[in-house]
Amino acid sequence: MEELKAELKAKIIEALNLEEVTVDEIEDQAPLFGDGLGLDSIDALELTVLLDKDYGIKVTDPKIGKTIFQSIETLAAYISENRTK
Amino acid sequence: MKKVYLGAYNCVSPIGNNLMETWNALIKGKSGAKQESITGMPADICAALVGEDELNGYFNKLLGEENLYTSIGFTKLEKLMIAALIPVIKTIAITKETEFIVSTTKGNIAHFGNEEKGYPAASLPALAQKIADFFGFKRPPIIISNACVSGLQAISTAKRLIQMNYCTDAVIVAGDLVSEFVLSGFKSFQALSGTACTPYDEARQGLNLGEAAAAIHVTGQQLTDHAFFIAGEASINDANHISGPSRTGEGLKRSIAAALAEAKLGPNSIDFICAHGTATIYNDEMEAIAIHRSGLADKPIHSLKGYFGHTLGAAGLLESIISLECLRHNMLLPSLGYQKQGTSLPLAVITTLSEQPLKRCLKTASGFAGTNTAVLFEKELH
Amino acid sequence: MEQDYQISRHCRMDTQGVYLNGEQISVETSTDFSSFSKAFYYALEAAYPKFFKMDNLSKLAWLGAELLLKEEQTTNIAIVLSNRHSSLDTDLKHLATISDSEQYYPSPAIFVYTLPNVCIGEIAIRHNLQTENIFFVSEQFDSQLAVNYSNYLLNTKRADKVLCGWVDYLQENYKLVLYLVEKTGILAHNLDVVRQLTR
Repeated sequence: MEELKAELKAKIIEALNLEEVTVDEIEDQAPLFGDGLGLDSIDALELTVLLDKDYGIKVTDPKIGKTIFQSIETLAAYISENRTK
Repeated sequence: MKKVYLGAYNCVSPIGNNLMETWNALIKGKSGAKQESITGMPADICAALVGEDELNGYFNKLLGEENLYTSIGFTKLEKLMIAALIPVIKTIAITKETEFIVSTTKGNIAHFGNEEKGYPAASLPALAQKIADFFGFKRPPIIISNACVSGLQAISTAKRLIQMNYCTDAVIVAGDLVSEFVLSGFKSFQALSGTACTPYDEARQGLNLGEAAAAIHVTGQQLTDHAFFIAGEASINDANHISGPSRTGEGLKRSIAAALAEAKLGPNSIDFICAHGTATIYNDEMEAIAIHRSGLADKPIHSLKGYFGHTLGAAGLLESIISLECLRHNMLLPSLGYQKQGTSLPLAVITTLSEQPLKRCLKTASGFAGTNTAVLFEKELH
Repeated sequence: MEQDYQISRHCRMDTQGVYLNGEQISVETSTDFSSFSKAFYYALEAAYPKFFKMDNLSKLAWLGAELLLKEEQTTNIAIVLSNRHSSLDTDLKHLATISDSEQYYPSPAIFVYTLPNVCIGEIAIRHNLQTENIFFVSEQFDSQLAVNYSNYLLNTKRADKVLCGWVDYLQENYKLVLYLVEKTGILAHNLDVVRQLTR
């Protein structure tokens, strides 16, 4: 799981163009949306594409999206359980 | 400032090859939205297309004996635009004081990859010049590409150019196609509905794309009998987010206010609103807020997207000419697909076809990157 | 009602260099646009992380606007921009995400920039400009249209100032010329001056 979390942090930084954020700065349980990384609606959609492309998980219900993307912790847990790649 | 009038207009839409066919289909409640299998797209899409075979037949018939153009290949978009323009241009004489304005978001992007060098399919200037040359316009075309307000903003731009004596009149053509390019993009935004769209409705799930072309003549010359003029207009940006509209509808509210201020009229002067109504959760909600903040909550309102789909760069102009037809016929067209209030603030959505005296229509449009345009059309009887 | 206006500030950015009011600014432009734009962004000390999410056209436009509007007090500034290639640079990137049916992953972060006017949106957001805005596409900069349209906006008091100009980007070829039109300034706002600035 630790490996997956580190992998996710690196992928998020690249996919969302978070130029000034390092992997170390992203805490496992810190909220991804809201203040923290300042992610917005386009970022949420982009993460949905990432889930499909890299892990083979399709998320179409925005309500599910809200809970999955809460933190690296919740995201990693969801991916572990549902990945097909 | 001189009054600017609207002259002849026409369209080629998913429900009619010209204005008359389109209007007759509208009053019958016909929608162009269908389940379509679009080449390249992974799954079935609900979109409002213009049938290619029918368009080709209609186009060839229009060119008729005057067809000196058999050697020139025209793309689907070019055929749509030319077919929309022909009846309009028949009513005028193009002079060197006539401006030609083209509104489109993606032009011939569907043909991308079919050319050898320099990406000519993607060249908006080449597209516009080809249409200009076909009709013999003497001035280089002005191309407006300002997201989904382009078609409506083209009308306001023509008005401004005439008022500043930059030209005496202008012909506008607006068009866009349903393409894999745009479909795939809106799909990535999860903005598409798999069924016919239902603007302002509680169960709305997103938009349908549509394709069309519309054309209109705008002039500083006063016309006889039914005359429509532009009483006021404005295009104010939300300055909030590049894809999501302002939650408070700020840009749209300011555009409406500025249009009314120019017309020296209050909200009560408006008889009906032809709004943008794409049937996405955010757009329709934003509009409801802006409409309320503008003191227009009780005005009959509709979206035409249920009939045509969202025709992008064509939408603003296509829907404007239908609004002018509504004024001409004194007819309120239902907002197709609406059943139950779906916005946090209620709107007076038109649900039945009805006749009543109509003098002024407020037409609005909104688009990506915070764009908004509001135009107030007024009917002047002589 | 008609009055003459002035250009108060102007800038140019292309592969030759960056110029503000005619004076060259020391920024390394010989590298690729990605490196150049990043270096210039930091030189401007803007503290605006969203910069890195923008496409090349928006970065170019945003940098030019930052240079011109850095000390600007008013927000009643209309935006009138134009270019030749629309959003083609990003259109190509979007096409790349949908060219392989086996690897079909269109990206919303890319698609949102496949309209040329999004660069106006980025400038409007950055400087809080809830104002008149329009984007034209043409072979070359249409000075006559620009001068007349800007005059109209000012004459009709739809704006106090107009940010006007050309922003074109396509695969490492870029050219930006932006100028601010208002009541007072350093150059006359007329056809000859604008033609000269945008050559």
